[in-house]
Amino acid sequence: MAMTEEHKSNTGKDVVVYLCILAIAGIQFVIAYSNITAGQMLTRMLFLATIEAALAVLFFMHLADNRGLKWFVVIFTVSVILGMQYGWTDSFRLLDGAPWAK
Amino acid sequence: MSHADTMTGHSGLMEKPAFSVPAKKMAMWLFIIADSATFAACLVAYGFIRNATPNWPRPFHSITNVAIMTFILVTSSLTMLLAIDAARKADKAAAFRWIMITAAGGAVFAILHIREWMSLIGEGMTLFKNPWGTGLFGSAFFSITGLHLLHVTCGIVALVVVGLRYQGGRYNADDVEITGLYWHFVDLVWMFVVPLVYLLNLGH
Repeated sequence: MAMTEEHKSNTGKDVVVYLCILAIAGIQFVIAYSNITAGQMLTRMLFLATIEAALAVLFFMHLADNRGLKWFVVIFTVSVILGMQYGWTDSFRLLDGAPWAK
Repeated sequence: MSHADTMTGHSGLMEKPAFSVPAKKMAMWLFIIADSATFAACLVAYGFIRNATPNWPRPFHSITNVAIMTFILVTSSLTMLLAIDAARKADKAAAFRWIMITAAGGAVFAILHIREWMSLIGEGMTLFKNPWGTGLFGSAFFSITGLHLLHVTCGIVALVVVGLRYQGGRYNADDVEITGLYWHFVDLVWMFVVPLVYLLNLGH
């Protein structure tokens, strides 16, 4: 089946996004050498990694062009990942045996 | 009933693709969502283990290798976009060339990655022990980076196969674009692996 979506040539925009991602990655490397707590470092790095990932998903993977698919992917992925957080924290509770073993 | 009538009559029964995305592209998106959950599980488990372990090692003293690897992988995403662009313009020679450059970038990344692994193994790090602290570090490091390296290796094979078949006329620009989706995803995962696994374990 042929693709129904039109592919626009956006090489200029792609190069700008590429340079932005490289710049953000560079900032992460600078943060790695800064004198801050591990918690602050983690927060800043995850924030920047999320921006990098968003740029890649929206422009490299062209998700910005398809609004319906964009929301489907975002809602589905975030729901699964958030659901896992519940599972992981619960696994720690089970590992400690609380509340039954104590 | 003529053949044309049959076609017209049945065309109404054909279901429209979800989100106007062709089935094979949708399949790749579903795979990417599922794979995101896999990597998220690994990284979150790593985060919990790291946070709960007091003597977590910080063995990395140089970011040069990981910086070069990041540069190569992000650049390979750009060359993949150029391959897709050329394929859309039906420029087979250019598309094939960019696909192979992307695969070569992936291969260089994999070689640098394996070289780094060998260096760490040479310093005494294995899956279950290392000279710096808890043995869990080796398990977490090799699991996460190994899973990513496996994805890169599969991506290189996929790029070469799709490139050759595209050049031979068996695959079209859609297939190149779908392979590109996978390659960008591999790049995207690395954006989280670098800060969490490497930069947060940088010894000062």
